[in-house]
This record gives sequence, structure tokens and C-alpha cells, in this order.
Amino acid sequence: MKAGTLSKALKSGAIWGFIVLELIFFSIAGEYLSLSDKAFMDWENMLLLLKQSAPIGIIAMGMTIVMINGNIDLSVGATYAIAAIVLLESMTWPIFAGLGDMVIPVAWLLALLVGTFLGALNGLIVWKTGVDAFIVTLGSMLGFRGIVFMFNGENPTSHLNWTLVDFAEAEFLGLATASWFLLAVTLVIWFVMTKTVHGRNAYAIGDNRDAAVNAGIRVGPHIMINFAIIGFLAALSAVVFYSESGSVNPNDGQLYELWVITAVVLGGTKITGGAGSVIGTFGGVIAIQLLRKGLGHIGADTSTVNLVIGLILIVVLILDRQLNVKGKEELKV
Amino acid sequence: MTDPVLHLDDIVKTFPGVRALDGVSFSVMPGEVHALMGENGAGKSTLMKVLGGIYQPDGGSIHVGKERVTMAGPLEAKAKGIVFIHQELSLAEELSVAENIYLGELPRKSFGRVDWHRLAEQTNLILQKLNVGFDATTRVGDLSIANQQMVEIARALTVDAKAVIFDEPTASLTDAEKVVLFDVISDLQKEGVGIIYISHRMEEIFKITDRISILRDGQYQGTVNTAETHEEAVTQMMIGRKLDLSRNETHHELGDVALEVRGLSCGKLYEDISFEVRRGEVVGFYGLVGAGRTEIAETLFGLRDPSAGQILLDGEEVRITSPNDAIARGISLVPEDRKGQGLVLGMNCRDNMTLPQVQDLTSGPFVAEGAEVAIFDQYRDRLDIRTPGWKQLVGNLSGGNQQKIVIGKWLSMHPNVLIVDEPTRGIDVGSKSEIHKLLRELAAQGYAVMVISSEMPEVLHVADRIVAMYSGRIMRTFTSEEVTEDSLIQAISGLGGHEAA
Repeated sequence: MKAGTLSKALKSGAIWGFIVLELIFFSIAGEYLSLSDKAFMDWENMLLLLKQSAPIGIIAMGMTIVMINGNIDLSVGATYAIAAIVLLESMTWPIFAGLGDMVIPVAWLLALLVGTFLGALNGLIVWKTGVDAFIVTLGSMLGFRGIVFMFNGENPTSHLNWTLVDFAEAEFLGLATASWFLLAVTLVIWFVMTKTVHGRNAYAIGDNRDAAVNAGIRVGPHIMINFAIIGFLAALSAVVFYSESGSVNPNDGQLYELWVITAVVLGGTKITGGAGSVIGTFGGVIAIQLLRKGLGHIGADTSTVNLVIGLILIVVLILDRQLNVKGKEELKV
Repeated sequence: MTDPVLHLDDIVKTFPGVRALDGVSFSVMPGEVHALMGENGAGKSTLMKVLGGIYQPDGGSIHVGKERVTMAGPLEAKAKGIVFIHQELSLAEELSVAENIYLGELPRKSFGRVDWHRLAEQTNLILQKLNVGFDATTRVGDLSIANQQMVEIARALTVDAKAVIFDEPTASLTDAEKVVLFDVISDLQKEGVGIIYISHRMEEIFKITDRISILRDGQYQGTVNTAETHEEAVTQMMIGRKLDLSRNETHHELGDVALEVRGLSCGKLYEDISFEVRRGEVVGFYGLVGAGRTEIAETLFGLRDPSAGQILLDGEEVRITSPNDAIARGISLVPEDRKGQGLVLGMNCRDNMTLPQVQDLTSGPFVAEGAEVAIFDQYRDRLDIRTPGWKQLVGNLSGGNQQKIVIGKWLSMHPNVLIVDEPTRGIDVGSKSEIHKLLRELAAQGYAVMVISSEMPEVLHVADRIVAMYSGRIMRTFTSEEVTEDSLIQAISGLGGHEAA
């Protein structure tokens, strides 16, 4: 075996190993600690887990592209909330009153358009001003959230359309609608990142931007497209979730950006860009959801869950660093 | 007479306050290797950026063949047959060799999919021509620097090129790989491709080029036929004066042994290294990139832990655990990468110079500005640093003056041993000889100086003794009387056996 092959295999497979570890731990710990007598590794429970992963997971796919690209998007949570409001509110607009249930696709389309537009706006600012994406999207995170509050104050925006709820709660081949969306988005983004020129260019730009410019890749528009994609996916995530719940709080989606980034980083995407994989991100999303659910299963409260996930993230990054060190002779920094 | 493949006519490019290019004209004939020379800042890279469409010229015209063209960007330049070979930094390390070679124009199938099959096929054809030991799917980050440079060179062969521009292509190549590069160049020549060759290395220029064009301060100085000129004349055109290129003849009294190393090893990076440096002596470390010279310096400066061996300072065994420790014991390292490791480019001259001792320069809780300025003034005069004042940002200085700031920074710490890694990399000819003179003077003042260099004229010029290294081992130590260029090359190529070490 060539040197480094092991650590490489460890790194790419690490997230799945972690998931297996979680499953074993929660199954055993659940036997002793759980309040319910249902096993943790229950098929129904796992399907539910996949469904609950969808909102974070769909956005995480977009974040993977943006982070491989060497950028970051902190505004996804706020974009998610705006898209949710557009979705629910537009269904009550008088101009669509005559459409009957046909208002659903219209509302979906509007929400997705708004998300895409907001994402593209972020991208345009990053492209044209050259300001770091972290700062730009930090600003838009606050700004977009401001818009959410301006719209309806502290009050939730609600609208239940039963046809829509039926669709969202439907199951096809045993999987919930939301799960299907998550799987489809994962597949499409995986295809884009591994098979298409756009995806490969995303890696090249994140890896060495100068090289990409020298090779004639139009970096600015490329970045903008990726921001539009993550905006679209944030909106899609909202559309999938709120079709079912029918009520959006102005605080919804807060901290989503952090969950999403955590999942992407756990999945092995380099925070500096240039490396990462969609499949890894999928693993990261599942791992986080497992942890939240598993800790709940053994009776831990939300604050404990956050503490544990935070610790795990730091441990993972330390491990990653250790695996990347080239031995004892490594230069000390 | 044949028409030139590429002709630049009276190119003018101005930046706010600077006339970077002032009426530059030159042309490349088919099958010709045309060297472009000039000191750093003379306008070579600006000219190349104009040619590549990254900058638009403010005046003048570019002709490819007979056609007048405007370059809108790098892709358009490539489409017109103008190919750039950048220094190795222009690669994406996480991507495969094939993706890097065809970066920006990966072959496509429907839905914007990459045509992996065609990509691998085309790439392997090119790699066969270059006779390299890796294939299309190798990750670029796993290649040696020299092989990465070969990947960069492979880009020249992806299109039907009319003119290929090589920008310092040999900066990191070994001698064996240079031969392959020169073969590639002569193949291109035979196909009637015009070559622009940018390099600071005179011996290469005289070996492979047909004509030399020279820039100075953005102005075109003229074109000469290589066969009819010599190094001195070219240098004079570049810097406007003569250079002292003689071998180091002067010797001064040597003092006691300041630094001795016995059997030092660090994993596989280098093994069983023993040498000593006396006060007043300059010891040159010569070898190829990757021979382990920099790693020795880093160990002495406390950046790496040795796995075996001893380090003795003034006859006393020491363990150096950190740079802090090294500085306290009187060892200073002027690092290889001046801009990345040696300086904080966004800080002014004074602050850069006093950086390692700023915690000692205080009056009460505050930094003693006056003391800092005094230190700066002292070393500015001593090293002849040319800057408008201490407030000047280091990033705005020329390479030579930047290097003097780094040297001054360490001298102000009063070291006994001064380690200088590649002191003149990327520094133009004029400042080079000044730095060389400075190193000789420092030794004369009683410092023990270690100079690590990949340039033979440099070690021959400054060193009293030369340690030749090959692949982590000392092959031979020469005194400046006995060294010849041939024996030195043999030693660093691993030939010539282990004679007296």
C-alpha cells in the first residue's frame, strides 16, 4: 500500500464510519437510557430521519458548491425565511384568487424565483465589488432577516392549503416528498460537480483562482451562478418544508447557515475551497441529524445537543489536521 | 523575408502615475526563440499581460501574422494561437493533470458534461511527447514541483500554437528536466512556432535563443542577435552600467567555529549532515531544489525537530526548539520566500525591521517609536536601503531593497550566525551584485554566514567554501580555490562519488 493511501481512505470514508459509530452508540445507549421502548434503529425512525434532514440537506448541497468555489454564504437562513413568506403569502393574493389549486405551482415558482434572485444578488455583489463573500453575505443575512421582520413584525405568516399539505405529506415508494426532494437535489448537484465543466471549473477556481483566470475561465459570472444556485436551493428547501407546515415564524431558518456549514465541513469540504464532495456532504447532513435525533432519543435536551455537535466539529477538524500532517519532521508553524 | 508570427508595435500602457510601457515594439519570427530580458519592474510582465489580453494597451497595436488583433482575454489569445506558460503557481493542485492542462476548455459533451474519455486520450498523447513519468489522472498536488512545471509546459501543446511565451520556465527544473524542456522548445521551433523566452538566467539565454530584446524601465532598449553579443553587453543594456561578475578572490581572517553540526538527520529530508561555519566565513550550500538545504536551515532555526545528531554553537551543544530560541541564541534566518515568509508587505519599513524585537522596544506600556526609527536609520545607512522614508510600505519597494530590509531586520538582532536562503531569488541583476557584496562585507565584520543558493554563479561568487548537496546528503565540500563548475555540477547531480566530505 502506498504511503498516504490509508489516511486518504480514512478521510474520504470517515464520515460514514462516524455514522456507523453513531448508530451503534445510540442503539446500545438507547437500550438503557431511552424513555420509549422503541429501538433507535427502527426502519420508520430512519425514514423519518431522512425526511427531517431535508431542509438542512437541500441547502447544504448548494453550500457545497459555494464552499468548493472558495466562497461562503451566510444568508441562506434568511433567504429560506423570505422564500417561505413569499410562498405562503402569495397564495392569498387576490390576483391569484381565480386560479384555484393552480395557485400552488405559481406560488412555488414565485418563491423559487425570489430565492434565486437573492442568491444572484449576493453573487453579483461579490463579483463586482470583490468584497469577501463572508462579509457580503453577513450583510445580506442581516438585511434579508430585516425584510422578514418588516413584512409581518413579530407575527407568524400562515396559510394552509390542504391540497398542498396532502402533496407534501404524500409518500411514494415509502419515502416522503421531502426525502425525494433531498435525494433528487443530491443527485443533480453530484452530477454537476463531478460530470460537468461547470462543476470542474468550480473546483479549479476554489483551488487556484489565478490559474483559473489565466486559463480564461470567467470567474465572476461563474461565482454568481453558484450563488444563484444556493439561493434557489434555500428557497426550494423552504418550499418543501412550508408546503407541509403552512406557518412561518419570522425567526425561522435562523442558525440554518451554521448547521449547513457544519454539515458541509463534517462531510470533508475544505473551508478554503478547492476540495470536497457532494456525497460527503450528504453524509455530514445525515450524521448531524442522527446526532440530534439520537441525543433526543436518550433524553438529552436541545442545549446538550448543540454542545455535543460543537465539540464534535472541533474534534473532527483537529483530527483532519492531524491526518494531513506529513509526519514528525513537519515544519512547525 | 518571412513575416513575423507575432508583432508588437509601439505598445504604450500607463497606470496612474507610471508609464509601465513606453513605445515597446518587437517581433517574433516563425521558428525563432526570442529572449525578452529586463530587470524586475522593467515591464516584461506588463507586456505579457497586454499580449494575453489581461490589460488593454493605451496605444500601439498587436499583429498576429498579418492580421491586426485586439486581445479581449486569455481565451481569445489562446484561440489566436498565443499560448502562455506561466511559472508553476498557475495550477489547481486538487485537480488531475488532464484537467489542469485543459483548464478553461475542457472537452464537452451534451448538457455541459465533461468528455473524460477524449480528455484522457488527448492528454496522454501530449504526455507521451514530453516523456514524463505520470499520466492524465494523477493529482497535480501529488507531483514534484518540477513535474508540475512540466504540466504547465504541456499546456503549450494543446493547441495549434503560433507563438508560445515561456515565463521563467526553468526556475524550478532540474538539469535533466531542462533538457526535456529545451527539446520541446526545439520541436516547436521546427514546426515554425515563434517562442518568447523570459528568463534571468544568462547561460540559458545564450544557449537556446536566437535574438534578445531588452527592456529597461518600460522602454525598449533594442534587439540583438544572440550570436553577436555577450553577457556583459546584455547586462549593460539591462541596467545601464557594468557589473562585477568576478569570482570571490578576497579572503579575510577566519575566526573561531561559530556553528558546528554533527551527523544531523531529519527523517528522510536529509541524513547525516556534518559541517562547520567559522566567524568571518561564508559557506555556500549548493544543490537542486529538494536536496534538503532549506530543511537544514529550518532545523537550525528551530522550525523542525532533528531526528538525530548534534548542533553546537561556539563549541557548546544546544537544542533549538523554536525560532524564539534560535534568535535568543544568535541565529537568524533570512527565508527563501521573501514576500511570504520574510516580510509583512502591508507594514512600513520601520515596523518590518523591528518586528522581532518590538516587545523589547517599549517605554512604559507603549512602543517606543523613537527607538524604532533609530534602529531603522542605522541599518538603512549601513545597508544602503533606498526608500523615501520609514513610512514607505515594504510592498512598494523593489526586490533588492526588500531583501535588505529582511537582512537588516536580522542584523539588528545582533546574530552570530546568519543563514540566508536564496538571497537573490527574483531580484534583478543590479541588486543581485549589491546583495552579494553585502554578504561578503558581513562576513568580513565577523558574522558566520550560511548562504543557500540554487544559482551557481552566486555560490561561486560569495562563498569561501561550498557544500554540495544531493538528495539529502552532503556529497562534497569544496574550497573556493579547488572548485570548478564541472565538479560542482557532478556533485549535486549525485555523480562523482563520495570523495572527501
